[in-house]
Amino acid sequence: MSEKLIEFKNVTMFYNDPEEAEAGENIAPALTDVSFSVEKGEFVAVLGHNGSGKSTLAKLCNAIYEPSSGTVSVKGIIADDDEKADEVRRIVGMVFQNPDNQIVATIVEDDVAFGPENLGVEPKEIRRRVDEALKAVNMYDHRHREPHKLSGGQKQRVAIAGVLAMQTECIVLDEPTAMLDPMGREEVMQTVHRMNKEMGITVVLITHFMDEAVKADRVVIMSGGRIVMQGKPREVFSKVEELRSYGLDVPQSTELCRNLGFGDGVLNVDECVELIAEKLGGAR
Amino acid sequence: MIRDITIGQYYPGKSLLHKIDPRMKLILTFAVIVVIFLCKNFFSLGVIAVTAVIASALSGVPAKMLLKSLKPIAVILLFTAILNVFYTQGGDVWLEWKFIKITEKGVFTAIFTMVRIISLVLISSLLTYTTTPTMLTDALERVLSPLKIFKIKVHTLAMMMTLALRFIPTLIEEIDRIMNAQKARGADLETGGIVQRAKALVPIFVPLMVSSFRRAYELAFAMTCRCYTGGEGRTRMKQMKLSGLDFFALFVCVAITAGIIVLNHFFEAVI
Repeated sequence: MSEKLIEFKNVTMFYNDPEEAEAGENIAPALTDVSFSVEKGEFVAVLGHNGSGKSTLAKLCNAIYEPSSGTVSVKGIIADDDEKADEVRRIVGMVFQNPDNQIVATIVEDDVAFGPENLGVEPKEIRRRVDEALKAVNMYDHRHREPHKLSGGQKQRVAIAGVLAMQTECIVLDEPTAMLDPMGREEVMQTVHRMNKEMGITVVLITHFMDEAVKADRVVIMSGGRIVMQGKPREVFSKVEELRSYGLDVPQSTELCRNLGFGDGVLNVDECVELIAEKLGGAR
Repeated sequence: MIRDITIGQYYPGKSLLHKIDPRMKLILTFAVIVVIFLCKNFFSLGVIAVTAVIASALSGVPAKMLLKSLKPIAVILLFTAILNVFYTQGGDVWLEWKFIKITEKGVFTAIFTMVRIISLVLISSLLTYTTTPTMLTDALERVLSPLKIFKIKVHTLAMMMTLALRFIPTLIEEIDRIMNAQKARGADLETGGIVQRAKALVPIFVPLMVSSFRRAYELAFAMTCRCYTGGEGRTRMKQMKLSGLDFFALFVCVAITAGIIVLNHFFEAVI
């Protein structure tokens, strides 16, 4: 039986209260009547172009923001005061876009320990968790290094380890690869998938890279503060025209096969290669 | 190049001095600095000087690096020495020429002050050579934690220091980036008088301030997300434990202090 971990019910979010806003302030809602839920163990990718409300959605998940109307509940907890917000943050961890602005300590392992230290975990247990988390993201060998000497991908993996060490059930990643080079992006995505598959951690990945969304269990497309499409990657990416109307592109391999007239169901390079090879009548 | 900067002057090593608990090191360094000012004659000062030299040798920090830490105070040393030689009068007159009069007491005082300042700088730089800035802030937080009863937020102060240390390299990188960006737009940073150059820095510092505030804002978000609520209810991964070595160091310092008091008592004071 599936269990709902995060649940949005008719959430509307204004950054500026429309009744009190001064002239010239943006009074358009960042989110309008959004209802969606994330199930335990799921890998959900949220896609949308700039200003679609995807980052706001992420920040509502772990009680940084409170919705203007509607409710956000995490495991049934609605964060309406500081204490409950704290409880929510123990369940849902968060990784931000800029790796530099979320690392707190001057040594890698100290930074990973920051979360559990805040939770008041026993020193020996923290040590164990930190080592485990660093091994899980393949950064154990770098544990004594200074964060500013690491590459972007490595810093981002340290940030992920910081959340892992808190042993949250869910991790929300807000465009974690936007500032990374292709190598760093690959490292981070592999880590995120491994976390989801091997440790059973629920993942909500906010991104604007189509290719990162392909391997998710479910894709949510946002536009203008609303959820406009939702479903399995194969279903969503086959609706090319609709996606384009929201300012999004389909993954490259999908587009290639579509233009060749081979259908819409192709999601990644391997499938694409296989399909083309098949159509050409030769073995790979 | 810029990625390689290290903060502070920590010299990695595994010497006895490196192994002493940072809290103990911090307290003992301050105690010894006070004791340096208790010395009244060459015998007691000699004990301190010898201690400083032995400690330096034990630390395994190359002499070259230690001398480098003395370089900034060379001018001060020279200045105090000259002042002392000419202005402290007393005892036998060694040289008299027109209005210049150099006396025994003047020369002794000059030497005494120089040795005192050198030992002072040597001992305090040994602390920073053998302790990382992180360990120092950690130690400072723990040593000062009794101040909590006066409602001084020691943890907050220590956290601010840690964050400052953490962001120094990041901000240096940022300055570099902004400077290059402004140069690419034709900003002239290297010519002109002082006033002109100072003015040229405005387009660098304004973006730096703006981005620092944005960073601070994001960092605050990130820290909240990791359940940071201040010092209360926090535990630490790295526990500090006093070992036999720490008590031995304490014992050595107490012995030195006692020796100095005795020597002060039995020999005539120079100053």
